[in-house]
Amino acid sequence: MMGFIPALLNPAMPFVRNALLAGILSSLLFGTLGAVVTVKRISGLAGAISHAVLGGIGMALFLSARGILPGLPPLVGALVFALLAAGIIGFVSLKARQREDSVINAVWAIGMSVGVLFIAKTPGYADPMSYLFGNILLVSTRDLVMLAVLDVIVVFLAWRYYPQIEASSFDEEFARVRGVPTDAVFMVTLAITAIAVVLLQTFVGIVMVIAMLTLPAGTAGFSAKNLASMMLGGSILSAVFSAGGLALSWTLDLPAGAVVVVLAGAAFLTVSAITALRSKRRSAGGSAV
Amino acid sequence: MAATDSTRLRVAIRFDDVSFSYGDVTVLDSARFHIHEGEFAALVGPNGAGKTTVLKLLLGLASPSSGRVTIFGKPPRDQLRSIGYVPQHASYDPAFPISVLEVVRMGRLSGARRRFTADDDRAVQRALELAEVTDLATRPYSALSGGQRRRVLVARALAAEPRLLVLDEPTANMDAESEDRLFRTLGGIKGQATVLIVTHDTGFVTSLTDAVFCVGGRGTGRSVIKHEARPVDHDASELYGGHALQVLHDTELPDDACCHEEVHS
Repeated sequence: MMGFIPALLNPAMPFVRNALLAGILSSLLFGTLGAVVTVKRISGLAGAISHAVLGGIGMALFLSARGILPGLPPLVGALVFALLAAGIIGFVSLKARQREDSVINAVWAIGMSVGVLFIAKTPGYADPMSYLFGNILLVSTRDLVMLAVLDVIVVFLAWRYYPQIEASSFDEEFARVRGVPTDAVFMVTLAITAIAVVLLQTFVGIVMVIAMLTLPAGTAGFSAKNLASMMLGGSILSAVFSAGGLALSWTLDLPAGAVVVVLAGAAFLTVSAITALRSKRRSAGGSAV
Repeated sequence: MAATDSTRLRVAIRFDDVSFSYGDVTVLDSARFHIHEGEFAALVGPNGAGKTTVLKLLLGLASPSSGRVTIFGKPPRDQLRSIGYVPQHASYDPAFPISVLEVVRMGRLSGARRRFTADDDRAVQRALELAEVTDLATRPYSALSGGQRRRVLVARALAAEPRLLVLDEPTANMDAESEDRLFRTLGGIKGQATVLIVTHDTGFVTSLTDAVFCVGGRGTGRSVIKHEARPVDHDASELYGGHALQVLHDTELPDDACCHEEVHS
């Protein structure tokens, strides 16, 4: 098989370049949004949204194949379900926190089950695995444009409202006393996460989006001095994992999304272990003095 | 304080027959008290008595079921810029990457404003000095001791240059040195700002205290009662940054006993 670099430069194989571009563009989202998701500790919420998306995909496939809404793209169904899930979870988190866990799990499970049911009743063949685990080599130019637009929106919002995001993530009660609309910050974060999940699932799939939203930013968080450097570090690490994972998957003929996540996970666990060992040594040194 | 002086005092915090319930559970029942501008007040009460509710009401984080809360004559939500707040912040995330300077700068945050000005920088530096944490400015917040973190949160509240400083259990889990520094800081700002300390220690309060209010049982719900406090001279004094005052729970000072306050325009 042709090597990764020759394939990247081969004019007859634009899907390889698209895949690399998608990896780099999604890195900005994984890094920036991932840092916010991590410090706000809402990865569970993002997980529920990403899994509920399958319900929308299944419904869109069913409605389209049955001729009820001919030509309805799965992306539209996914977007509707993602925003609906974000709205329900956000409302419960703000208004009935004691029920939060149950509702998150309900949205997670019902979303996936609805998707499986619709796909089962869709005429013809539809493979749920392709939506669960993604296929970066199927990324289209339209996907790239949408990713780039979302990158611009997310980076602009993170820059414009950085003090509000930082304050409401660090100490929500204090931020409210300073007049920061913390509920709005939370709901917008969830909505953007929902939209990003829909686009990013094309790259690494529904199951792995949540891993990429937490692992690169979490790894960067070990050495970051502040939230901005965590966003930047997360984006750089995500780009490295994406490009490296893509090259490795091409060379070893493995699924790209899974390889990217395994790389990101291995890096996170390694840095976690090193940090824990260093911390243990420091405290042992301190107690010996 | 002379009666003629007290008649000129303006009111910083006023609870006017304030009631508050969580569902069927009455937490406050017709609470009526006021704290003068420039006063150093303590709000005491055991855990679960309703201190947090009083705090939420005066910070505008909750609305009363009936009655009225005013801060400097206006609803709390209109006075947020005048309030410096030091929360307990007991559940902070030690993995959150942030420096002391960035935490203190949050005190200058206002609504959706993005930029910090030279005035903001000056206020932050002044707050760091007042709270005696200037030497910690570049350190990660997570690397500090519990007492140092609490002083940083005091600096964050002072960065707002508040007219009203509210501290929720400021000495909880604090080492003796940090506590001493904290009360030195509070002594320095006494008179320049109204200070309200909320604490579950119902027996003693710092000697800086001018007025003591107790959240306690009365009738079917709970209210806020003003008590007398007198100086004591024993070991407990060491824990309150100097001579402590003993709260006399068998006394009750009527809300209108002190003065005829000026009404804020």
